Amino acid sequence: MLGYYVDLAIRSLKRSPGLTLLMILAVGFGVAASMTTYSVFRAVSGDPIPWKSSQLYVPQIEMWGPKGHGGDGDNGDPPDAMDYTDAIALMRDHRAKYQSAMYMISPSLVPAQAGKHPINVGGHAVYNEFFPMTDAPFQYGSGWSAAEDEQRAAVAVISDKINQKLFGGANSVGKTINVDSKDYRVVGVLKPWNPQPRFYDVSNTGGFTTNDEDLFIPFLRGIDVGMANSGNTNCVETPTQSGFKGLQESSCIWMSYMVQLDDASAAKAYKSYLDGYAQEQQHAGRFSWAPNNRLRNLPQWLDAEHVVPTDTEISLLVAIGLLVVCLVNTAGLLLAKFLRRSNEIGVRRALGAPRAAIYAQFLVEAAMVGFSGGVLGLLLTGIGIHSVSWVLPKDIASLARLDRPLLLLTLLVAVVATVLAGVYPTFRAARVQPAWQLKSN
Amino acid sequence: MQIRPILAALRHHKAGTLLIALQIALTLAIVCNALFIIHERLTRLSQPSGIDEPNLLVIHNGWAGKPQEGEIASLMASDLDTLRKIPGVADVYATNTYPLNNVGIAYGIGHSPDKLKPVTTTAIYLADENALPTLGLKLIAGRNFRPDEIGQIGLHGDTDPSAIIVTSALAKLLFPDGSAVGKVAYISAKPSTIVGVVERMRTPWVDSSLAKWADCSTLIPYRPLTSASQYVVRVQPGQLENVTRHVRAMLYAANRMRVISPKDGVQTFADIRAIAYNSDRGMAILMSAISTILLIITGAGIVGLTSFWVGQRRKQIGVRRALGATRHDILSYFLTENLLIGVGGVVMGGVLAIALNMWLMKQFEMDKLAPGYVLAGVVTLLLLGQGAVLAPALRASNVPPVEATRSV
Repeated sequence: MLGYYVDLAIRSLKRSPGLTLLMILAVGFGVAASMTTYSVFRAVSGDPIPWKSSQLYVPQIEMWGPKGHGGDGDNGDPPDAMDYTDAIALMRDHRAKYQSAMYMISPSLVPAQAGKHPINVGGHAVYNEFFPMTDAPFQYGSGWSAAEDEQRAAVAVISDKINQKLFGGANSVGKTINVDSKDYRVVGVLKPWNPQPRFYDVSNTGGFTTNDEDLFIPFLRGIDVGMANSGNTNCVETPTQSGFKGLQESSCIWMSYMVQLDDASAAKAYKSYLDGYAQEQQHAGRFSWAPNNRLRNLPQWLDAEHVVPTDTEISLLVAIGLLVVCLVNTAGLLLAKFLRRSNEIGVRRALGAPRAAIYAQFLVEAAMVGFSGGVLGLLLTGIGIHSVSWVLPKDIASLARLDRPLLLLTLLVAVVATVLAGVYPTFRAARVQPAWQLKSN
Repeated sequence: MQIRPILAALRHHKAGTLLIALQIALTLAIVCNALFIIHERLTRLSQPSGIDEPNLLVIHNGWAGKPQEGEIASLMASDLDTLRKIPGVADVYATNTYPLNNVGIAYGIGHSPDKLKPVTTTAIYLADENALPTLGLKLIAGRNFRPDEIGQIGLHGDTDPSAIIVTSALAKLLFPDGSAVGKVAYISAKPSTIVGVVERMRTPWVDSSLAKWADCSTLIPYRPLTSASQYVVRVQPGQLENVTRHVRAMLYAANRMRVISPKDGVQTFADIRAIAYNSDRGMAILMSAISTILLIITGAGIVGLTSFWVGQRRKQIGVRRALGATRHDILSYFLTENLLIGVGGVVMGGVLAIALNMWLMKQFEMDKLAPGYVLAGVVTLLLLGQGAVLAPALRASNVPPVEATRSV
């Protein structure tokens, strides 16, 4: 029976090619616009580390007090980064399973070969637990040890890209690299790793970045050699002392902090530890305000930091709006098309076809329009995704991809939406009274 | 024209009528808000930075090997010298940032050292005596920095200048009642005297959330002694391309221990502007594309549905013609019918547009939709409807009276 309905649908669609084309175009454009913007939205709202994002937490401590509040859009949250004093204190207490304070660095790397220009690399100064916490994938070697953190050892973990550039991709563990005129021993080489959003340092990257993470060195080593912070520095008061030392003693915030807590009770314990810590600071006279801390897990943190750009959300909404209009349009056209065939319906009904048969026949026709629209939409989505780099910032556009799930979703949305649009017209068609149609004319 | 028979006829096509009206309403709601977004973004794109962009380029220089601050001072002095000697270069200075760079320092500025009571936030630009002529800033009161005022500042060094130059917008905010020149303002614990006022210089940020103080910039007399800094180069007219092409090699020839990225180490302001406003331009393009598609689909939908109705009513039209209705009567029947549906749609759409805008305002901190956009949208959609219905209506008016006598 289905084959017969398909045949009927093709005949009917061929009878008014203009109307058919219009419906297919409408569905195609509507679906393509939605799917293109959705591909971008999906890319930026995705979970960068889905297998453990609920175990990763970002602590926030109110270290500014009332001075840090009252600006535009202030919601009473403590600052989203940490000052040196508190970061070091939290690291010393070491209450989470894994934890790392970190700051962004951008030193120069001088290639050993004479005549090669020095290059700038981006990276982070982190503690050894950063690597198991973020599940950074190693190609060769591993991270450094806690002892090396304490010794402020001159060791480094480098990216695959830098390893390619300096060592031709060979196992370079044990080799030496020159960072800001000092020698560092390579202990680990990462596999290509570019998590987006850059979940461990949202406050500096805003989430998405085209900058590479080329180099990781021990946090205390970075502090010791005075490797400058290349991320943001926010202050509510001028540091009393100038230079890097002054920055460390100031209440300026320039570090990110992440901890891993394996279950809810661990998270609860950590939160009460944070509050206890703030209370202690209050008693000591450093804070003159009551504790006001936050401990958000990664999904909550990404949400609180508004990692998904507003433009992406608005674009998606507007595109869905376009799809809805296209469907209303299709519904109108299908209604006209179906009711024009009241005669045919009357004859079929009079010959004994039940309502269900009419439903099947016309929904098949709607589904065929939807499928054709979906195929066109797929084509247009492909074009759309290729040209998003033209309308979107590079860091976001490069994330949008047309993969198999999106492909299937495009077809599915097109068919389901068109069938939905066809439900009312079909309902009307099925209600056609056979007697009426046979009588007139 | 009699409206009652049209209404009576429409009652027979309730669903079709409602669907067209709904489509018009949704299209209006979306197009109004899209137009509003487009206009907002285009306004932002056309905001002047206040500097002489066509003749400026920026070099992002980083020193390799972590030289000390004393060394940087002499390295930088020799770089500035090298740059000045390049044929086609008019002027140059070193700074921390520049307009449209999206990176920079912002401080509160006020009448007292109390950080809790600033008058406004201001962007801080490091400058020397060559900054004003290089950027092409127009001094409207006071004077430029003197060479002996220029200090040096390392990373996280103290910024407590005794002399500052502010933009006219900032001067007006600080001293609404008169000239700011010679007055004192605070960006640090120490007082700074405003020695000059420039007409306009935007902050480095183009983000709309910082728009409130977008024209409040302060120039402070320091040279940056950081391992990474920017050289802003002014070229003689017509020399931009030439200088841009050669400047990187010239600097490397002078000193190899540096990093100037081959990708974006040397940028003209056309590049910088394109990057800074990338997302605004993109939104404007995207919204225009979606609005265009929407209007085309809605127009085509009206053509399609009206054509169908005309086809369905050929017999009635024939009867009317046979009873004496002129072609014009038939034409205006369909035009009026469409207008009635259109008016219903735009009334619904106007309400929807405002509701959508209110929701967007709440959700995404968008601005309030000006009534002009709704009005423009209403006119556009009504005209679109009339335009779309014209062809089928003309076809209807050509139905001959003899049609009345034909069956089927």
